[in-house]
Amino acid sequence: MIMYIRDLITLTSSSFLTYRMRSFLTGLGIAIGIAAVILLTSIGEGLHQFVLSEFSQFGTNIISVQPGKTQTQGGNVGIFGSARPITLEDADALRRLPYVEYVIPGLMGNAEVRFEGKTRRTMVLGEGRDFGKAFTMKVQSGSFWTDADDEQARAQAVIGSKIQQELFGDTNPLGQYLRVGGQRYRVVGVMEAKGQVLGMDMDDAVFIPAARAMELLNRPGLMEVNVSYRADIEADVLIRLIRNRLVEVHGREDFTIISQEQALEVLSSVLDILTFAVGALGAISLLVGAVGILTIMTMAVTERTAEIGLLRALGAREQQVLVLFLGEAMMLSALGGGLGLLLGIGIAQGLHLLVPALPVHTPWMFAALAELTAVSIGMLAGVVPAMRAAKLDPVEALRAE
Amino acid sequence: MIELQNVCRTFTVGDQEVAALRDVDLSFGAGEYISIMGPSGSGKSTMLNMLGLLDRPSSGTYLLDGGNVTELNDAQLARVRREKIGFVFQSFHLVPRLTAAQNVELPMILAGIAAEERKERVQVLMRNYGLSDRADHKPDQLSGGQRQRVAIARATVMNPTVLLADEPTGNLDQATGWEVLKLLEGLLEQGITLVVVTHDAEIGARAHRQIHMLDGRILSDEQQAK
Repeated sequence: MIMYIRDLITLTSSSFLTYRMRSFLTGLGIAIGIAAVILLTSIGEGLHQFVLSEFSQFGTNIISVQPGKTQTQGGNVGIFGSARPITLEDADALRRLPYVEYVIPGLMGNAEVRFEGKTRRTMVLGEGRDFGKAFTMKVQSGSFWTDADDEQARAQAVIGSKIQQELFGDTNPLGQYLRVGGQRYRVVGVMEAKGQVLGMDMDDAVFIPAARAMELLNRPGLMEVNVSYRADIEADVLIRLIRNRLVEVHGREDFTIISQEQALEVLSSVLDILTFAVGALGAISLLVGAVGILTIMTMAVTERTAEIGLLRALGAREQQVLVLFLGEAMMLSALGGGLGLLLGIGIAQGLHLLVPALPVHTPWMFAALAELTAVSIGMLAGVVPAMRAAKLDPVEALRAE
Repeated sequence: MIELQNVCRTFTVGDQEVAALRDVDLSFGAGEYISIMGPSGSGKSTMLNMLGLLDRPSSGTYLLDGGNVTELNDAQLARVRREKIGFVFQSFHLVPRLTAAQNVELPMILAGIAAEERKERVQVLMRNYGLSDRADHKPDQLSGGQRQRVAIARATVMNPTVLLADEPTGNLDQATGWEVLKLLEGLLEQGITLVVVTHDAEIGARAHRQIHMLDGRILSDEQQAK
């Protein structure tokens, strides 16, 4: 046995109490480093979660098919270009694939809507009747239209909550007729308030059948087809099925398939790197803290040379001297690390209180890892001075005053 | 009990070999009171370090209680120092951060003795040395005599067989010095072997056996009638 832990703590804390200011400042060096790491990774991780939750607002088991093939980086020109459009027939073809739950044809545009003299320019979304089932957006009252045939869907509309407030006020909109771009639509449903999603106000929108939207917006095809599939099926399987089916219909691959799941994975890994990068930035200040510990421990060994000689005369082994100094370095950095955790989490939460829009999240794993890092840094910085102390010649050391 | 055979100790200073001990033969038994005297540079400090296992002979053999201690490794040497040897220094060598009681406790901490037993032994010793009311004082709050008494308590807390005192009265006024010396001599009754290194002839003369050294050799070794 080398020493009782309790004795090690007693001996070590006696030196902290003697050199209060100096120990505090050295510990502070580590504390600032850990606080920086915790603060930056907390913000990074908060941002990560925020972005992911934004992107997965519509649900995750969704694959989107868009016209035009993305050849290189940059925008997909298919939406505005001359590639062969994706039609409602294509959507029907996809609906017959296995594992597919809902297929929602979709396109988007702007139009003027009017009700009893009040007009509003708003987003018009051409969708399928299963929109409310496939996406995590709920109908508050009424329902989506039920016409099975997308091509022949009647002029019915579901309105966002803001449209209800602005145009209908206290009137119950269900059953009322709303003019969308000059055409009469019967209101069959009102959406629950959703708020902004990726900068689009989903409440300031009118949902109408896709075929009617194509006509209204004067477009030859759909902007996208969203396919929702069973949760237990891999995205890859569906992507292959969809590609094969559409190539069969179109004769070539003139479309782009985007899987939510894969997009989220890529996004998530990018955000992980971001978090890691800002954490590494904070770690630079940890390095400075480590140099502080190295300095203080080197000084301590020099100052306490006679004491080391005495310990050896009293029967201390080299190993025990090593442990005493190494323990001191590790204890110093552990205490500094603990202080840094409190500081980092405190500042992160304080920032969140001041700026509620700034998402902040500190996983326990990070905190534990940071503390472990602090202790390891103490050990690394302390090992050289401690070895020097252990290897001192007792006779020489005793002579030092 | 202690036997040095042909012990030499040479140091290399620059490119010169300096002999601190030359062919020293010496033996003494349990309960002896020995003084080692000589001018500075005579090798008496090296002798003390050698006896205390802080230094190793360059050649020759050191037998302690029949065992050859020149062949032991660091951990074994530390154990022998801890269990058989007590040190008292001229400058006390108390750890300034620790209280008097903690200083006395230190060898037992290094020996891994449990806290309850340590406390008991410290209490008994502090009472015996009249330090009970000073137990929680730091060394800088103690007088020189009190400091040396704490150091003696620390040196004897492990019940060593040999107590090595290096100019134990050197930093004390005469009255306190005599007091400390009497305290050390009192340990002889418990069967301890007391070795005092000094250059004060008056102190050296009190020992039953007086060894004079010069240039690393034993000049004389006189046994005095008790």
